[in-house]
Amino acid sequence: MLNFLSYLGRVGLDFISQAGGMALLFLTTLVYTFRPPFRLRLFFKQMEFVGVNSLLVVVLTALFSGMVMAFQGYHALSKFGGESLLGGLVALSLVRELGPVLTSLMVTARAGSAMAAELGSMRVTEQIDALEVMAVNPVHYLVVPRFWAAVIMVPLLTIIADLVGIAGGYLVGVMLLNVDAGIFIRKMQEMVEWLDLSSGIYKAFVFGGLLSIIGCYKGYNASGGAEGVGRATTEAVVIASVSILVGDYILTSLLF
Amino acid sequence: MVKLVDLYKSFGEQTVLNGINLEIPRGKLTFIMGRSGTGKSVLLKHIIGLLKPDRGQILIDGQDVTHLSEKEWQRLRRKFGFLFQEGALFDSMTVAENVAFPLIEHTKLSKKEIQRKVEEKLSQVGLLEARNKYPAELSGGMKKRAALARALALEPEIILFDEPTTGLDPMLQVATMKLIRKTQQQYGLTGVVVTHDVPIALMAADYIAFLNEGRVVAEGTPEEIKKSEHPFVREFLKSAFEGCYPEEGRDVQEKHGD
Repeated sequence: MLNFLSYLGRVGLDFISQAGGMALLFLTTLVYTFRPPFRLRLFFKQMEFVGVNSLLVVVLTALFSGMVMAFQGYHALSKFGGESLLGGLVALSLVRELGPVLTSLMVTARAGSAMAAELGSMRVTEQIDALEVMAVNPVHYLVVPRFWAAVIMVPLLTIIADLVGIAGGYLVGVMLLNVDAGIFIRKMQEMVEWLDLSSGIYKAFVFGGLLSIIGCYKGYNASGGAEGVGRATTEAVVIASVSILVGDYILTSLLF
Repeated sequence: MVKLVDLYKSFGEQTVLNGINLEIPRGKLTFIMGRSGTGKSVLLKHIIGLLKPDRGQILIDGQDVTHLSEKEWQRLRRKFGFLFQEGALFDSMTVAENVAFPLIEHTKLSKKEIQRKVEEKLSQVGLLEARNKYPAELSGGMKKRAALARALALEPEIILFDEPTTGLDPMLQVATMKLIRKTQQQYGLTGVVVTHDVPIALMAADYIAFLNEGRVVAEGTPEEIKKSEHPFVREFLKSAFEGCYPEEGRDVQEKHGD
């Protein structure tokens, strides 16, 4: 019993200290953002890595999600003869929910993990110490460009994912299941409002920030050689994914 | 130049620095020696502010640096060069880019001037041929020389070497040490070398300080160290010349215990 309590205590303390560490890294990143020199080259490099290079996997994920949703939605809607609502259903769930969440999860898997691994191996091979010794602030040099690249690119990827997902839904709904093309589009226009779209984009901003800060924090604080880098990477992906899903619930209930 | 006064540092239960007092003379090459894992590297990282002491003072040019802010450290660190044990080259950059890095960060030199400086430093350490290679393509000795070129790029006043010869073959050890010695004399640098390699230290040092159990147990010129009566120093030197380095020779460890 006592062992269990002390275990709980340790886990609790660990959780609090990590959350605090991440919050601190986030604040430091914000402060250093406005401190020259502005490293535009690094920023663009990260935007390419986080954004452009994630495009294919995000497009594939969104395309197939949209296609599956059209099948499943058609099945459910046909039970009460509401097939005409298919366009609205697919578009609404993509724009509000699946677009930002799936995009962020894919970017976490691709780029969040890479941030943890890259910073982690720089930490264990003393490259981060080397930056410090050469009077270059490592947060300024490493974290700031990664953070802003993710904050900007995840919403942009989300918009693309929304579009591609809807196209996938249209493909299956109209071409395969013979929903009328005009009705598909019309219902979509009727049911999706500006607020639906913007709430999805807001989420994507937050998720982009979350996944980059968690990835960078885990890498920055890695220790213990190659094994430690591996552990940091795994933890970064797990924690970021869970945070995105929990954050999604919280944001949804706030933004309804 | 650098003066350490009564320095204490613990990590958890483990006391690593237990009252270090040491004065590092200007323009000389000072060796800090001791067994592996006795806080030599920790001491070096204190001098450059990567670690903060629990107690005691570090004076650099008479200024107490123990309570400097991060910003003040940033300015002070430009006086320093630091050679990491494994080189710590940025592996996303070529050798030339690594050497250029501090110049791009801290000087307003033009691209041409930077390139000229990089080539000058690289030819000094005999690596001009390898300037477009990535660190992963270099051998251990080349990495150390590249790291030395990077550490010298800003022409520091003080340069700290963390085990510069460890992991190299004997000929490269001597060659690397000679290179360090030569550059130190050429620029009149204040150098601090951390090592457990006795022959190298006796060959190259101006001044040697022996560390044991977190304290300086003996210090002096190589000649004085050779004549030292301190039992730890005697044992250390003896085992070195039996061809058996203390970190590998268990018997030495047992005799001395902890």
